[in-house]
Amino acid sequence: MELKLILESVLFSAQKPLSPAELRNVLSEAAEHSEDGTVKPFRKVKPDDLNAALEQLAKDHELAQRSYRLVCVAGSWQFVSQPEYAPWLKALVGEKMRPTRLSQPALETLAIIAYRQPLTRAEMEQIRGVSVDGVMQTLHERGLIEQVGRAEVAGRPMTYATTSLFLEYFGLRSLEELPAADELRRIPVQKPESLLTVEPGLATAPPEQLALSEGGGPKPEGNHQET
Amino acid sequence: MPMAEYKVQFEVFEGPLDLLLYLVKKEEVDIYEVNLTKIATQFIEYIELMRELDLEVAGEFVVMASTLMYIKSRELLPVDQQAQIEGEEEEEDPRWELIRQLVEYKKFKDAAAQLQTREAEQENIFPRLPARLEFEPATPPPRPEVSLFDLISAVSNVLKRFQLKDDARDIFEDKWTVSEKIERLRQAIAGDAPLKFSGLFEQTTSRTEVVVTFLALLELIRLKQIVVLQPTPFSEIEIRRAPAVAPAAAGSPYEPPNNPKST
Repeated sequence: MELKLILESVLFSAQKPLSPAELRNVLSEAAEHSEDGTVKPFRKVKPDDLNAALEQLAKDHELAQRSYRLVCVAGSWQFVSQPEYAPWLKALVGEKMRPTRLSQPALETLAIIAYRQPLTRAEMEQIRGVSVDGVMQTLHERGLIEQVGRAEVAGRPMTYATTSLFLEYFGLRSLEELPAADELRRIPVQKPESLLTVEPGLATAPPEQLALSEGGGPKPEGNHQET
Repeated sequence: MPMAEYKVQFEVFEGPLDLLLYLVKKEEVDIYEVNLTKIATQFIEYIELMRELDLEVAGEFVVMASTLMYIKSRELLPVDQQAQIEGEEEEEDPRWELIRQLVEYKKFKDAAAQLQTREAEQENIFPRLPARLEFEPATPPPRPEVSLFDLISAVSNVLKRFQLKDDARDIFEDKWTVSEKIERLRQAIAGDAPLKFSGLFEQTTSRTEVVVTFLALLELIRLKQIVVLQPTPFSEIEIRRAPAVAPAAAGSPYEPPNNPKST
């Protein structure tokens, strides 16, 4: 008996997404209640082996190009249909009961929280350049974010983070799966060597003159420097 | 009503950074290479336009306009003629701070767009929600019926919990009647999951309540509305809803004949 196929049968019949821990419980429970020699060996499966089997199973399904696939959302595994088949599934079960889509400001704020968590409102507003009070309330009500602590700065403001519902809502396995996670988590915006922003024709010096003398960049010629 | 009441919130742009990004995009240049003085002029033109259209201009826009004006004014002077404020020689280039903010904001705006795509995508993904599996047990169910003596010994264990502290206590009015407890029990076993015998008495606060609950249990067993099982010897007694065959159970909730207020 192959572990991944056992897992497949369990996930196929499960009424909710199952975490690796829950899957291991099923395996050990089955082994305890069975005298069958093929069941016993799966009493204690190493977490690594279990995860490998799950990944392999997901890959198998992907390669088989079925109308459904195995996904891991917020750490739990489940079978879901491929989006292309939505028209028929909608006809079958009706439109999914889903809350209204998030507004642009809500999505922007949520993106900032998702990548920079935990952070304070002030930090969000710093990035967005506008107040986030309204959208924060929406995100709270939708259960997508929560208060997680207080920042160790003056006034000890609340800090916020995303919930596991956030991962479920966007079908994400974990925060690591956010697009460009590494880049956005701490954006090191590289300072260019010079800023070419001077409008020609103005009574200004050529661009190099505005270069900040930090070294590395082309050193401006001395003709405009104070001598 | 004065016209001022009808001001429209200008919502096309989320904020000043959004408007700036739009202007940069219109220029078709990289953010790093954008001509901020030109953008500054356009930004202020937009704000003027918003004012003319009697749209409310949020404070953030005004703050940004002043930052842009400052940048523009700096650029109008050659570097060597710019006033150097004492002690601020290492002052950050205000253009840089603005560009840094724009780049950062742009990245999150892009990330938000990706989230939006995923959000729409999720609407087309249906999880498999199978019906609950109902296996017929291969072997006869290991459900030996529990005898009355088993039940009594189980309840006496529960009662021991109260014996110790019952020596001296306040006297409360007994709140429970058997018929109320019957209703409760019925609700508790409405689902398919079995109820543990001990779970039945978790909430009870007095000996009398235990006794009343126990009487309710016995009554329901007599009416064949519940079955009491012990899956394996010495394991905990389980209470389940009786298989739906009892025709007597139909109709109004059962009222015991003399509704004894327990004493």
